[in-house]
Amino acid sequence: MTMVVCGLYTIRSRLARRRESRHPKTPFSALSRHRRFRLYRDQIVESFKGHDAEYIEIRLEDSQSTRIQYRGRELEDISQPISAGGCVRALVKGGWGFVSFNDLDDLRGKVELAVRQARLVGKDASSFASMAPAVDFVEEVTQKDPSSLALAEKKHLLDEYNEVIWGVPKIETSIIAYRDTLRKVVFANSEGSYIEQKNSDLALRVAAVARDGGDIQQVGLSVGSRGDFTGVESLHEQVKETAQRAVDLLAAPHAKSGEYCVVLDPVLAGVFTHEAFGHLSEADFTYENERLKEIMVLGRRFGGEHLNIVDGAAVPNLRGSYRYDDEGAPATRTYLIKEGVLVGRLHSRETAAKMGEPITGNARALDYHHPPIVRMTNTFIEPQGITFEEMIGDIEEGIYAKNWYGGTTSMEMFTFSAGEAYMIRHGRLAELLRPVVLTGNIFTTLQNIDAIGNDLGMNQGGGCGKGGQSPLPVSNGSPHIRIQHCLVGGK
Amino acid sequence: MEEILSLARKAAQEAEVFLVSFEETPVIFEANRLKQLHTRQGMSVALRIIREGRTGFSTATRLDDRASLVDRAVEVSQFGTAARFDLPHQQTYPQVEVYDAVLEAFAIEEMIDLGESLISKVREHTPDLLCEAMISKGVVSVRILNSRGGEAGFRRTSFGVSFEGNLIRDTDMLFVGDSESSCQPIEDIARVAGSVIEQLELAKRQASVSSGRLPVVFTPHGVVSAFIAPLAAAFNGKVVWQGASPLGNRRGERVFDQRLSLRDDATIAYRPRSRPCDDEGVPSQATSLIAHGVVGDFLYDLQTAGLAGVRSTGSGDRGGGGGLPGPSISSLVFGPGDITFEDMVGGLDEGLVVEQLMGAAQTNVLGGEFSGNVLLGYKVERGEIVGRVKDTVVSGNVYQVLNNVIGIGREARWVGAVFAPPICCSDLTIGSKA
Repeated sequence: MTMVVCGLYTIRSRLARRRESRHPKTPFSALSRHRRFRLYRDQIVESFKGHDAEYIEIRLEDSQSTRIQYRGRELEDISQPISAGGCVRALVKGGWGFVSFNDLDDLRGKVELAVRQARLVGKDASSFASMAPAVDFVEEVTQKDPSSLALAEKKHLLDEYNEVIWGVPKIETSIIAYRDTLRKVVFANSEGSYIEQKNSDLALRVAAVARDGGDIQQVGLSVGSRGDFTGVESLHEQVKETAQRAVDLLAAPHAKSGEYCVVLDPVLAGVFTHEAFGHLSEADFTYENERLKEIMVLGRRFGGEHLNIVDGAAVPNLRGSYRYDDEGAPATRTYLIKEGVLVGRLHSRETAAKMGEPITGNARALDYHHPPIVRMTNTFIEPQGITFEEMIGDIEEGIYAKNWYGGTTSMEMFTFSAGEAYMIRHGRLAELLRPVVLTGNIFTTLQNIDAIGNDLGMNQGGGCGKGGQSPLPVSNGSPHIRIQHCLVGGK
Repeated sequence: MEEILSLARKAAQEAEVFLVSFEETPVIFEANRLKQLHTRQGMSVALRIIREGRTGFSTATRLDDRASLVDRAVEVSQFGTAARFDLPHQQTYPQVEVYDAVLEAFAIEEMIDLGESLISKVREHTPDLLCEAMISKGVVSVRILNSRGGEAGFRRTSFGVSFEGNLIRDTDMLFVGDSESSCQPIEDIARVAGSVIEQLELAKRQASVSSGRLPVVFTPHGVVSAFIAPLAAAFNGKVVWQGASPLGNRRGERVFDQRLSLRDDATIAYRPRSRPCDDEGVPSQATSLIAHGVVGDFLYDLQTAGLAGVRSTGSGDRGGGGGLPGPSISSLVFGPGDITFEDMVGGLDEGLVVEQLMGAAQTNVLGGEFSGNVLLGYKVERGEIVGRVKDTVVSGNVYQVLNNVIGIGREARWVGAVFAPPICCSDLTIGSKA
């Protein structure tokens, strides 16, 4: 059981596969492996031959990370884990076999096991969208690659942030968690695809805890980037504000529970987009569920004409960006909602074939211990023309909710929790409130968005959890939005 | 392992090698039928050293690169935290039953049969239900070796049955589900099927509730979804040492209702988180957290215990893999209650039964707060459950709510790592659309 559950969006559905995975979580490894992978290419191609399966794929992965974690002034963890492993997936008559391993010897034996498993499962016809094979070598280059920096330099920055927190009076303690991961993945399939991708992801969470007797308040700041260390630099001012807010919360009142007109900042509106609509757009929930297919029929109206929602790994330089997904399908940019109407959804090759819709390149795996499943990448609401002042100007009593603790969805109903909230009174921001949990219903809440701002911002902190695969790097974003009749938990 | 240890001892004063290997086989059903069969095999090795008084740590997923493991541990030890503990000598460990050879031999075909019978049993009740299920078995081996002669290890089997059903009527979606786990094979799916069918029965009708304050019966699932995250944080020795636990300075004080008792116990036979020793080789024990409402002990690993000047409670946990140890719960066991669920509900004039509170832990859990959407829950009127409520939030603070207990139920059960009774609490804040 995790100690503090925050900073993660989780999906409440799919209980059957939500169980915490028990295997090591360490990811990462040495660059010299590059050459070793080349040698594997012949073995991979050889291992595909002579099996009675419709489709086979292999992923081999090598990764190295840096983890630095402070609890208060105590450096709790500083380490550079490495990890190497792989997996094989095979398809026979609609059934899947999947084998994962750390021991990279005897690939052929592992392919045989996966095929044998698939044969045990498969009884119907397979649906698997066809796709041209790709051969490619992708190495992402960033402005400031964390793997080129000395451990001391990373630690120094975190020391500075920690000092900033401790410099704020009445702070009880701090929690700082930094992680970067350089990952190299080789993908090959029995159709002739061979793709090597090298990229990195980094994430930082800084939290401050303030205390007054038994009353404890925590405020966090989560940031991240697609392998660019500058994404976590120069946050001193924000860290200071975060710590100050933790102290201020001790004197803040609770919101009164009930329905409010709420305005969300771009960060929380991004989490809202992810929970309220993103997960429901993932076709693996829909493709074998006839009732849900009727509800999620393309052309159905979910919001006003001002509402446009996009997801796409092809949107560059964000934490959910990539060239190919974990089935070797090229990344795209997909409109989910255009002018308020459902126009698209996110697919793997299997769900695309079953629903007769185009592949979108959204099949993603957390690591080699997991098969790819349909996931979001970078999900956002497109900006319109309203300013923040216009948005709050005519609100007699409402709540301005910012920042996030997390979010969860069960498809129809969802929650998203704000790390920071203020009352809005007579068109102006008023007193600070304690953190609030907001809840919505897919069939009403999107319709209740009555204003979309002009200030798109992307949230790069946190990660997404689904089917036991967590945290997967994603980003989400939005301009400021206003929602009428939003249910808020409070006192 | 021995070679890693001897190599590490050349570079450091003390060293510890932790090796975990696992194999698990989940059988996965989707949309009412068998869909996937997985085999996950893996291992992780972790080296912890104490060099010039500082801790160094490294991990890898193979054993062949010993030099890199030692080098990386030495490299980070220059920044490492001051070690405040001694690695354990050779110890005597309690006998804890967590291995069943029958499970290792349990056939995949039998697991498939179990899943199919579970789905067909539930669909006999509700043919429209779209079902997902997972039957899984696994085995994990842990071995620990250290430079002070300490040596420990165990082999543990595990078996899990989980089920989720989805029913859609117009735009109304209902999710029902339950799961069960053990270190022995579970060959009777009746309990999971029965619990799901009961949820389907209770959710047949809809009811509404208005915003205000009401008593709430938390079922065992409800207890876990609302209370466990804040309690697990508050009793974590590291959070206590950091000054971030509201209970840190309240040992020996009565904070909770007198009828409430809670212990952490890693020695219960055949529970998936039980073990003879923790991930640092410290013998497992039962630790009383709450005794009749009074705050008892907190959970410690070696380093945190050293910092706090207490003994480790054998709660050092590496998160299932080879991470750095930290204090964590094993199995939480609530003391027995004295009234039946039926009487509990029967005693309420108006209230809610909460089975699943979604997103409850995504708020200020350190402060004891919870607030979530009632994903599955029912309205009680004049002592009877009258139907399912939706679009409703329930909020509270665990320190107030568990000190305002109306009753603790007899019908305790395992929900994951927690053995929980139903608990009826007065005066929760309800927010609703109705």
